[in-house]
Amino acid sequence: MKFTWWKVVCIVFLLFSFIAGFLIKVPNIGNLHQTIRNFFFHVPMWFTMITLLTLSLGYSIAYLRTQNLKYDIRAGEYAKTGIVFGLLGLATGSIWAKFTWGEYWSNDPKQMAAAIAVLIYFAYVVLRGSMNDFDKRARISGVYNIFAWFIYIPLIIILPRMVQSLHPGGLEGAQGGGNPALGGGSLDPTMRAVFWPAVFGWILLGIWISDLKIRYFLLTHKTIVNA
Amino acid sequence: MKPIAILIKKDLLLELRHQHTFFGILLYVASSIFVLFLAIGHPASDVYNGVFWMMQLFISINAVAKSFLQESKGRMIYFYLVSSPVQFVIAKMIYNAVVVIIMVVLSLILFLILLGSPMLDLWRFAVISFYGAFSISLVFTLMSAIAAKAQQNAAIMAILGFPLIIPQLMLLIRISKSAFGLGFESGALTQMVLLLSGLNILVIVLAVILFPFLWKD
Repeated sequence: MKFTWWKVVCIVFLLFSFIAGFLIKVPNIGNLHQTIRNFFFHVPMWFTMITLLTLSLGYSIAYLRTQNLKYDIRAGEYAKTGIVFGLLGLATGSIWAKFTWGEYWSNDPKQMAAAIAVLIYFAYVVLRGSMNDFDKRARISGVYNIFAWFIYIPLIIILPRMVQSLHPGGLEGAQGGGNPALGGGSLDPTMRAVFWPAVFGWILLGIWISDLKIRYFLLTHKTIVNA
Repeated sequence: MKPIAILIKKDLLLELRHQHTFFGILLYVASSIFVLFLAIGHPASDVYNGVFWMMQLFISINAVAKSFLQESKGRMIYFYLVSSPVQFVIAKMIYNAVVVIIMVVLSLILFLILLGSPMLDLWRFAVISFYGAFSISLVFTLMSAIAAKAQQNAAIMAILGFPLIIPQLMLLIRISKSAFGLGFESGALTQMVLLLSGLNILVIVLAVILFPFLWKD
Protein backbone atom coordinates (compact mmCIF):
# COMPACT_ATOMS: atom_id res chain seq x y z
CA MET A 1 0.00 0.00 0.00
CA LYS A 2 1.22 3.40 -0.95
CA PHE A 3 0.78 5.56 2.11
CA THR A 4 1.73 9.19 1.93
CA TRP A 5 1.32 12.13 4.27
CA TRP A 6 -1.63 13.70 2.43
CA LYS A 7 -3.74 10.62 2.99
CA VAL A 8 -3.23 11.03 6.73
CA VAL A 9 -4.21 14.70 6.38
CA CYS A 10 -7.32 13.63 4.47
CA ILE A 11 -8.42 11.17 7.18
CA VAL A 12 -7.72 13.62 10.00
CA PHE A 13 -9.56 16.49 8.27
CA LEU A 14 -12.59 14.36 7.46
CA LEU A 15 -12.80 12.86 10.95
CA PHE A 16 -12.50 16.36 12.39
CA SER A 17 -15.19 17.76 10.12
CA PHE A 18 -17.59 14.90 10.88
CA ILE A 19 -17.10 15.13 14.65
CA ALA A 20 -16.98 18.91 14.91
CA GLY A 21 -19.63 19.38 12.22
CA PHE A 22 -22.19 17.53 14.28
CA LEU A 23 -21.10 18.76 17.72
CA ILE A 24 -20.19 22.46 17.56
CA LYS A 25 -22.67 25.18 18.44
CA VAL A 26 -23.97 26.68 15.21
CA PRO A 27 -25.49 30.14 14.76
CA ASN A 28 -29.26 30.25 14.25
CA ILE A 29 -29.85 31.89 10.88
CA GLY A 30 -33.33 32.33 9.43
CA ASN A 31 -35.16 29.07 8.85
CA LEU A 32 -31.96 27.04 8.65
CA HIS A 33 -31.88 26.00 12.33
CA GLN A 34 -29.74 22.87 12.72
CA THR A 35 -29.74 22.09 8.99
CA ILE A 36 -26.92 24.60 8.66
CA ARG A 37 -24.64 21.71 9.62
CA ASN A 38 -25.20 20.39 6.12
CA PHE A 39 -23.05 23.33 5.02
CA PHE A 40 -20.00 21.29 6.09
CA PHE A 41 -20.99 18.46 3.75
CA HIS A 42 -22.94 20.00 0.87
CA VAL A 43 -20.60 22.82 -0.08
CA PRO A 44 -17.35 20.78 -0.01
CA MET A 45 -18.90 18.45 -2.62
CA TRP A 46 -18.92 21.29 -5.14
CA PHE A 47 -15.40 22.37 -4.24
CA THR A 48 -14.27 18.79 -4.77
CA MET A 49 -16.17 18.40 -8.03
CA ILE A 50 -14.67 21.59 -9.48
CA THR A 51 -11.17 20.58 -8.35
CA LEU A 52 -11.45 17.09 -9.85
CA LEU A 53 -12.93 18.35 -13.13
CA THR A 54 -10.19 20.96 -13.37
CA LEU A 55 -7.57 18.26 -12.80
CA SER A 56 -9.29 16.28 -15.54
CA LEU A 57 -9.04 19.31 -17.84
CA GLY A 58 -5.35 19.65 -17.01
CA TYR A 59 -4.66 16.01 -17.90
CA SER A 60 -6.64 16.31 -21.13
CA ILE A 61 -4.51 19.27 -22.16
CA ALA A 62 -1.40 17.32 -21.15
CA TYR A 63 -2.56 14.38 -23.27
CA LEU A 64 -3.14 16.51 -26.36
CA ARG A 65 0.33 18.02 -25.96
CA THR A 66 2.25 14.81 -25.33
CA GLN A 67 0.05 11.95 -26.67
CA ASN A 68 0.87 9.99 -23.52
CA LEU A 69 -2.04 7.62 -22.85
CA LYS A 70 -1.51 7.73 -19.09
CA TYR A 71 -2.69 11.32 -19.04
CA ASP A 72 -5.90 10.41 -20.79
CA ILE A 73 -6.65 7.67 -18.29
CA ARG A 74 -6.10 10.17 -15.50
CA ALA A 75 -8.38 12.69 -17.20
CA GLY A 76 -11.14 10.09 -17.52
CA GLU A 77 -10.93 8.85 -13.94
CA TYR A 78 -10.83 12.35 -12.42
CA ALA A 79 -13.91 13.31 -14.44
CA LYS A 80 -15.77 10.18 -13.32
CA THR A 81 -14.99 10.80 -9.65
CA GLY A 82 -15.98 14.44 -10.20
CA ILE A 83 -19.40 13.30 -11.42
CA VAL A 84 -19.86 11.18 -8.29
CA PHE A 85 -19.17 14.23 -6.14
CA GLY A 86 -21.58 16.25 -8.29
CA LEU A 87 -24.31 13.67 -7.66
CA LEU A 88 -23.50 13.72 -3.93
CA GLY A 89 -23.73 17.50 -4.02
CA LEU A 90 -27.15 17.31 -5.66
CA ALA A 91 -28.32 14.71 -3.15
CA THR A 92 -27.12 16.59 -0.05
CA GLY A 93 -28.55 19.79 -1.56
CA SER A 94 -31.95 18.20 -2.19
CA ILE A 95 -32.19 16.97 1.37
CA TRP A 96 -31.26 20.40 2.64
CA ALA A 97 -33.75 22.02 0.28
CA LYS A 98 -36.55 19.77 1.55
CA PHE A 99 -36.08 21.10 5.07
CA THR A 100 -35.55 24.76 4.28
CA TRP A 101 -37.40 25.49 1.01
CA GLY A 102 -40.03 22.75 1.36
CA GLU A 103 -39.25 20.79 -1.82
CA TYR A 104 -36.51 18.38 -2.84
CA TRP A 105 -36.33 20.15 -6.17
CA SER A 106 -37.57 23.70 -6.67
CA ASN A 107 -36.07 24.52 -10.08
CA ASP A 108 -33.70 26.99 -8.53
CA PRO A 109 -31.21 28.28 -11.15
CA LYS A 110 -28.29 26.84 -9.22
CA GLN A 111 -29.93 23.45 -8.91
CA MET A 112 -30.55 23.50 -12.65
CA ALA A 113 -27.00 24.55 -13.46
CA ALA A 114 -25.57 21.83 -11.23
CA ALA A 115 -27.79 19.20 -12.85
CA ILE A 116 -26.80 20.37 -16.34
CA ALA A 117 -23.14 20.28 -15.36
CA VAL A 118 -23.55 16.65 -14.34
CA LEU A 119 -25.29 15.95 -17.67
CA ILE A 120 -22.39 17.52 -19.61
CA TYR A 121 -19.95 15.18 -17.92
CA PHE A 122 -22.24 12.18 -18.31
CA ALA A 123 -22.06 12.94 -22.03
CA TYR A 124 -18.26 12.85 -21.69
CA VAL A 125 -18.45 9.36 -20.17
CA VAL A 126 -20.85 8.22 -22.92
CA LEU A 127 -18.45 9.57 -25.55
CA ARG A 128 -15.53 7.71 -23.97
CA GLY A 129 -17.55 4.53 -23.83
CA SER A 130 -18.54 4.78 -27.48
CA MET A 131 -14.98 4.25 -28.78
CA ASN A 132 -12.79 1.19 -28.39
CA ASP A 133 -9.55 2.42 -29.89
CA PHE A 134 -7.45 3.84 -27.04
CA ASP A 135 -5.66 6.58 -28.98
CA LYS A 136 -8.75 7.73 -30.76
CA ARG A 137 -10.78 7.74 -27.57
CA ALA A 138 -8.07 9.74 -25.83
CA ARG A 139 -7.87 12.36 -28.56
CA ILE A 140 -11.57 12.88 -29.18
CA SER A 141 -12.70 12.77 -25.58
CA GLY A 142 -9.81 15.09 -24.68
CA VAL A 143 -11.12 17.65 -27.14
CA TYR A 144 -14.65 17.33 -25.75
CA ASN A 145 -13.41 17.54 -22.17
CA ILE A 146 -11.59 20.81 -22.79
CA PHE A 147 -14.56 22.28 -24.63
CA ALA A 148 -16.97 21.13 -21.92
CA TRP A 149 -14.95 22.65 -19.10
CA PHE A 150 -14.90 26.07 -20.72
CA ILE A 151 -18.68 25.99 -21.26
CA TYR A 152 -19.28 24.56 -17.81
CA ILE A 153 -17.46 27.28 -15.88
CA PRO A 154 -19.66 30.14 -17.16
CA LEU A 155 -22.66 27.90 -16.52
CA ILE A 156 -21.97 27.42 -12.83
CA ILE A 157 -20.02 30.55 -11.99
CA ILE A 158 -21.30 33.43 -14.12
CA LEU A 159 -24.92 32.66 -15.06
CA PRO A 160 -26.23 31.80 -11.56
CA ARG A 161 -25.04 35.15 -10.25
CA MET A 162 -27.16 37.02 -12.77
CA VAL A 163 -30.52 35.60 -11.75
CA GLN A 164 -32.58 35.46 -8.59
CA SER A 165 -32.06 32.34 -6.59
CA LEU A 166 -32.99 30.69 -3.35
CA HIS A 167 -29.32 29.97 -2.76
CA PRO A 168 -27.12 32.65 -1.24
CA GLY A 169 -25.11 34.71 -3.70
CA GLY A 170 -27.75 35.35 -6.34
CA LEU A 171 -28.83 38.74 -7.67
CA GLU A 172 -30.43 39.55 -4.33
CA GLY A 173 -28.18 37.56 -2.06
CA ALA A 174 -27.91 38.44 1.59
CA GLN A 175 -24.77 40.47 0.98
CA GLY A 176 -25.78 41.67 -2.47
CA GLY A 177 -24.35 38.79 -4.43
CA GLY A 178 -20.85 37.44 -4.16
CA ASN A 179 -19.61 33.92 -3.92
CA PRO A 180 -22.55 31.54 -3.64
CA ALA A 181 -20.42 28.97 -1.88
CA LEU A 182 -19.30 31.04 1.05
CA GLY A 183 -22.53 32.67 2.19
CA GLY A 184 -21.00 36.14 2.45
CA GLY A 185 -20.34 37.39 5.95
CA SER A 186 -22.91 35.13 7.58
CA LEU A 187 -20.33 32.47 8.25
CA ASP A 188 -19.02 32.77 11.81
CA PRO A 189 -15.38 31.97 12.72
CA THR A 190 -16.14 28.60 14.38
CA MET A 191 -17.97 27.43 11.27
CA ARG A 192 -15.12 28.63 9.11
CA ALA A 193 -12.71 26.58 11.23
CA VAL A 194 -14.70 23.43 10.50
CA PHE A 195 -15.58 24.30 6.92
CA TRP A 196 -12.12 24.69 5.40
CA PRO A 197 -10.68 21.44 6.80
CA ALA A 198 -13.85 19.74 5.48
CA VAL A 199 -13.26 21.21 2.00
CA PHE A 200 -9.65 20.07 1.86
CA GLY A 201 -10.48 16.71 3.39
CA TRP A 202 -13.09 15.97 0.73
CA ILE A 203 -10.84 17.23 -2.08
CA LEU A 204 -8.06 14.92 -0.91
CA LEU A 205 -10.53 12.04 -0.64
CA GLY A 206 -11.64 12.69 -4.24
CA ILE A 207 -8.04 12.64 -5.42
CA TRP A 208 -7.38 9.50 -3.38
CA ILE A 209 -10.34 7.63 -4.91
CA SER A 210 -9.31 8.68 -8.43
CA ASP A 211 -5.72 7.74 -7.73
CA LEU A 212 -6.72 4.21 -6.70
CA LYS A 213 -8.83 3.79 -9.83
CA ILE A 214 -6.03 5.12 -12.03
CA ARG A 215 -3.46 2.78 -10.52
CA TYR A 216 -5.82 -0.17 -10.88
CA PHE A 217 -6.49 0.71 -14.51
CA LEU A 218 -2.78 1.13 -15.27
CA LEU A 219 -2.08 -2.29 -13.75
CA THR A 220 -4.80 -4.07 -15.70
CA HIS A 221 -3.88 -2.36 -18.98
CA LYS A 222 -0.11 -2.53 -18.59
CA THR A 223 0.60 -3.71 -22.12
CA ILE A 224 -1.52 -1.07 -23.80
CA VAL A 225 -0.37 1.87 -21.73
CA ASN A 226 3.34 1.10 -21.96
CA ALA A 227 3.27 0.28 -25.65
CA MET B 1 -9.13 33.99 -46.85
CA LYS B 2 -9.19 32.43 -50.30
CA PRO B 3 -9.05 28.79 -49.17
CA ILE B 4 -11.95 29.47 -46.79
CA ALA B 5 -14.00 30.91 -49.64
CA ILE B 6 -13.21 27.87 -51.78
CA LEU B 7 -14.18 25.47 -48.99
CA ILE B 8 -17.48 27.33 -48.48
CA LYS B 9 -18.10 27.20 -52.21
CA LYS B 10 -17.43 23.45 -52.13
CA ASP B 11 -20.06 22.98 -49.43
CA LEU B 12 -22.50 25.11 -51.36
CA LEU B 13 -21.96 23.07 -54.54
CA LEU B 14 -22.45 19.85 -52.62
CA GLU B 15 -25.64 21.26 -51.17
CA LEU B 16 -26.89 22.17 -54.64
CA ARG B 17 -26.09 18.71 -55.98
CA HIS B 18 -27.70 16.92 -53.05
CA GLN B 19 -30.73 19.11 -52.81
CA HIS B 20 -32.75 16.35 -51.22
CA THR B 21 -30.96 16.82 -47.87
CA PHE B 22 -31.68 20.55 -47.85
CA PHE B 23 -35.31 20.06 -48.76
CA GLY B 24 -35.50 17.22 -46.30
CA ILE B 25 -34.59 19.60 -43.50
CA LEU B 26 -37.02 22.19 -44.84
CA LEU B 27 -39.76 19.60 -44.73
CA TYR B 28 -38.71 18.74 -41.21
CA VAL B 29 -39.01 22.41 -40.23
CA ALA B 30 -42.40 22.83 -41.86
CA SER B 31 -43.96 19.64 -40.60
CA SER B 32 -42.72 19.99 -37.03
CA ILE B 33 -44.02 23.56 -36.79
CA PHE B 34 -47.32 22.43 -38.29
CA VAL B 35 -47.61 19.67 -35.70
CA LEU B 36 -46.82 22.26 -33.05
CA PHE B 37 -49.62 24.46 -34.40
CA LEU B 38 -52.05 21.55 -34.28
CA ALA B 39 -50.97 20.81 -30.73
CA ILE B 40 -51.00 24.24 -29.13
CA GLY B 41 -52.61 26.71 -31.58
CA HIS B 42 -51.86 30.29 -30.56
CA PRO B 43 -49.82 30.07 -27.34
CA ALA B 44 -49.16 32.84 -24.82
CA SER B 45 -45.87 34.71 -25.13
CA ASP B 46 -43.90 32.67 -22.58
CA VAL B 47 -44.85 29.37 -24.19
CA TYR B 48 -44.31 30.85 -27.67
CA ASN B 49 -40.81 31.93 -26.73
CA GLY B 50 -39.87 28.62 -25.14
CA VAL B 51 -41.28 26.53 -27.95
CA PHE B 52 -39.63 28.72 -30.58
CA TRP B 53 -36.19 28.16 -29.10
CA MET B 54 -36.71 24.45 -28.60
CA MET B 55 -37.68 24.26 -32.25
CA GLN B 56 -34.53 26.17 -33.27
CA LEU B 57 -32.50 23.69 -31.24
CA PHE B 58 -33.91 20.67 -33.10
CA ILE B 59 -33.74 22.37 -36.47
CA SER B 60 -30.13 23.44 -36.01
CA ILE B 61 -28.97 20.07 -34.76
CA ASN B 62 -30.45 18.48 -37.88
CA ALA B 63 -29.06 21.11 -40.21
CA VAL B 64 -25.56 21.02 -38.73
CA ALA B 65 -25.29 17.28 -38.02
CA LYS B 66 -24.56 16.36 -41.62
CA SER B 67 -21.76 18.91 -42.04
CA PHE B 68 -19.01 16.56 -40.88
CA LEU B 69 -20.93 13.31 -41.00
CA GLN B 70 -21.29 13.64 -44.79
CA GLU B 71 -17.53 13.85 -45.37
CA SER B 72 -16.10 10.45 -46.20
CA LYS B 73 -12.74 9.36 -44.82
CA GLY B 74 -11.06 9.62 -48.19
CA ARG B 75 -12.31 13.13 -48.70
CA MET B 76 -11.06 14.16 -45.24
CA ILE B 77 -7.58 12.95 -46.22
CA TYR B 78 -7.80 15.07 -49.36
CA PHE B 79 -8.75 18.16 -47.31
CA TYR B 80 -5.93 17.34 -44.96
CA LEU B 81 -3.51 17.63 -47.88
CA VAL B 82 -4.88 20.77 -49.49
CA SER B 83 -5.97 22.98 -46.60
CA SER B 84 -5.21 23.74 -42.97
CA PRO B 85 -7.49 22.61 -40.14
CA VAL B 86 -8.14 26.19 -39.06
CA GLN B 87 -9.33 27.19 -42.51
CA PHE B 88 -11.43 24.07 -42.72
CA VAL B 89 -13.24 24.55 -39.41
CA ILE B 90 -13.81 28.27 -40.03
CA ALA B 91 -15.30 27.49 -43.44
CA LYS B 92 -17.58 24.91 -41.86
CA MET B 93 -18.66 27.34 -39.15
CA ILE B 94 -19.48 30.11 -41.63
CA TYR B 95 -21.36 27.72 -43.89
CA ASN B 96 -23.34 26.17 -41.02
CA ALA B 97 -24.18 29.59 -39.60
CA VAL B 98 -25.60 30.64 -42.97
CA VAL B 99 -27.63 27.43 -43.33
CA VAL B 100 -29.02 27.68 -39.80
CA ILE B 101 -29.91 31.36 -40.25
CA ILE B 102 -31.83 30.49 -43.43
CA MET B 103 -33.68 27.80 -41.48
CA VAL B 104 -34.47 30.28 -38.72
CA VAL B 105 -35.85 32.81 -41.20
CA LEU B 106 -38.13 30.14 -42.64
CA SER B 107 -39.22 28.83 -39.26
CA LEU B 108 -39.86 32.37 -38.02
CA ILE B 109 -42.13 33.00 -41.02
CA LEU B 110 -43.97 29.75 -40.34
CA PHE B 111 -44.29 30.60 -36.67
CA LEU B 112 -45.75 34.00 -37.54
CA ILE B 113 -48.24 32.49 -39.99
CA LEU B 114 -49.32 29.52 -37.90
CA LEU B 115 -48.74 30.37 -34.25
CA GLY B 116 -49.39 34.11 -34.47
CA SER B 117 -47.16 36.94 -33.32
CA PRO B 118 -47.50 37.76 -29.61
CA MET B 119 -44.25 39.74 -29.65
CA LEU B 120 -44.40 43.52 -29.32
CA ASP B 121 -41.21 44.14 -31.24
CA LEU B 122 -40.99 41.78 -34.19
CA TRP B 123 -37.69 43.12 -35.56
CA ARG B 124 -35.96 42.81 -32.24
CA PHE B 125 -37.16 39.20 -31.99
CA ALA B 126 -35.96 38.50 -35.53
CA VAL B 127 -32.51 39.94 -34.88
CA ILE B 128 -32.20 38.00 -31.60
CA SER B 129 -33.21 34.78 -33.33
CA PHE B 130 -30.60 35.28 -36.09
CA TYR B 131 -27.93 35.90 -33.51
CA GLY B 132 -29.17 32.90 -31.57
CA ALA B 133 -29.04 30.69 -34.63
CA PHE B 134 -25.46 31.82 -35.18
CA SER B 135 -24.52 30.94 -31.57
CA ILE B 136 -26.17 27.54 -31.72
CA SER B 137 -24.55 26.66 -35.04
CA LEU B 138 -21.08 27.42 -33.66
CA VAL B 139 -21.39 24.93 -30.80
CA PHE B 140 -22.98 22.27 -32.97
CA THR B 141 -20.28 22.56 -35.65
CA LEU B 142 -17.64 21.35 -33.22
CA MET B 143 -20.00 18.71 -31.80
CA SER B 144 -20.63 17.48 -35.34
CA ALA B 145 -16.88 17.18 -35.88
CA ILE B 146 -16.52 15.17 -32.65
CA ALA B 147 -19.48 12.93 -33.50
CA ALA B 148 -18.13 12.30 -37.00
CA LYS B 149 -14.68 11.42 -35.66
CA ALA B 150 -16.17 9.09 -33.08
CA GLN B 151 -17.79 7.37 -36.07
CA GLN B 152 -21.15 7.45 -34.41
CA ASN B 153 -24.59 8.26 -35.69
CA ALA B 154 -26.26 11.62 -35.16
CA ALA B 155 -27.60 10.47 -31.78
CA ILE B 156 -24.25 11.01 -30.09
CA MET B 157 -24.29 14.57 -31.35
CA ALA B 158 -27.54 15.25 -29.50
CA ILE B 159 -26.14 13.61 -26.37
CA LEU B 160 -23.01 15.76 -26.52
CA GLY B 161 -24.61 18.94 -27.78
CA PHE B 162 -27.78 19.37 -25.78
CA PRO B 163 -26.23 19.82 -22.33
CA LEU B 164 -23.53 22.08 -23.77
CA ILE B 165 -25.94 24.39 -25.57
CA ILE B 166 -27.99 25.12 -22.44
CA PRO B 167 -25.98 28.19 -21.27
CA GLN B 168 -26.47 29.89 -24.65
CA LEU B 169 -30.09 28.78 -24.86
CA MET B 170 -30.89 30.06 -21.36
CA LEU B 171 -29.38 33.42 -22.24
CA LEU B 172 -31.22 33.56 -25.58
CA ILE B 173 -34.58 32.75 -24.02
CA ARG B 174 -34.08 35.49 -21.47
CA ILE B 175 -32.83 38.04 -24.00
CA SER B 176 -35.70 37.36 -26.39
CA LYS B 177 -38.22 37.95 -23.60
CA SER B 178 -37.39 41.62 -24.07
CA ALA B 179 -39.07 41.44 -27.49
CA PHE B 180 -42.28 40.37 -25.74
CA GLY B 181 -42.26 43.53 -23.68
CA LEU B 182 -40.61 42.18 -20.54
CA GLY B 183 -38.70 45.01 -18.87
CA PHE B 184 -35.17 44.40 -17.58
CA GLU B 185 -33.15 46.39 -15.10
CA SER B 186 -31.00 48.94 -16.87
CA GLY B 187 -27.84 47.30 -18.13
CA ALA B 188 -29.05 43.73 -17.52
CA LEU B 189 -29.91 43.22 -21.17
CA THR B 190 -26.59 44.59 -22.42
CA GLN B 191 -24.81 42.44 -19.87
CA MET B 192 -26.54 39.30 -21.18
CA VAL B 193 -25.85 40.17 -24.82
CA LEU B 194 -22.20 40.75 -23.96
CA LEU B 195 -22.05 37.46 -22.08
CA LEU B 196 -23.55 35.63 -25.04
CA SER B 197 -21.05 37.27 -27.39
CA GLY B 198 -18.29 36.33 -24.99
CA LEU B 199 -19.44 32.72 -25.07
CA ASN B 200 -19.54 32.82 -28.89
CA ILE B 201 -15.99 34.14 -29.07
CA LEU B 202 -14.92 31.47 -26.59
CA VAL B 203 -16.51 28.74 -28.71
CA ILE B 204 -14.83 30.02 -31.89
CA VAL B 205 -11.42 30.23 -30.19
CA LEU B 206 -11.80 26.75 -28.68
CA ALA B 207 -12.89 25.30 -32.02
CA VAL B 208 -9.91 26.83 -33.80
CA ILE B 209 -7.51 25.55 -31.12
CA LEU B 210 -9.07 22.10 -30.69
CA PHE B 211 -10.05 21.13 -34.21
CA PRO B 212 -6.47 20.45 -35.41
CA PHE B 213 -6.28 17.69 -32.75
CA LEU B 214 -9.50 16.17 -34.02
CA TRP B 215 -8.72 15.79 -37.65
CA LYS B 216 -5.28 14.15 -37.45
CA ASP B 217 -5.65 10.41 -37.62
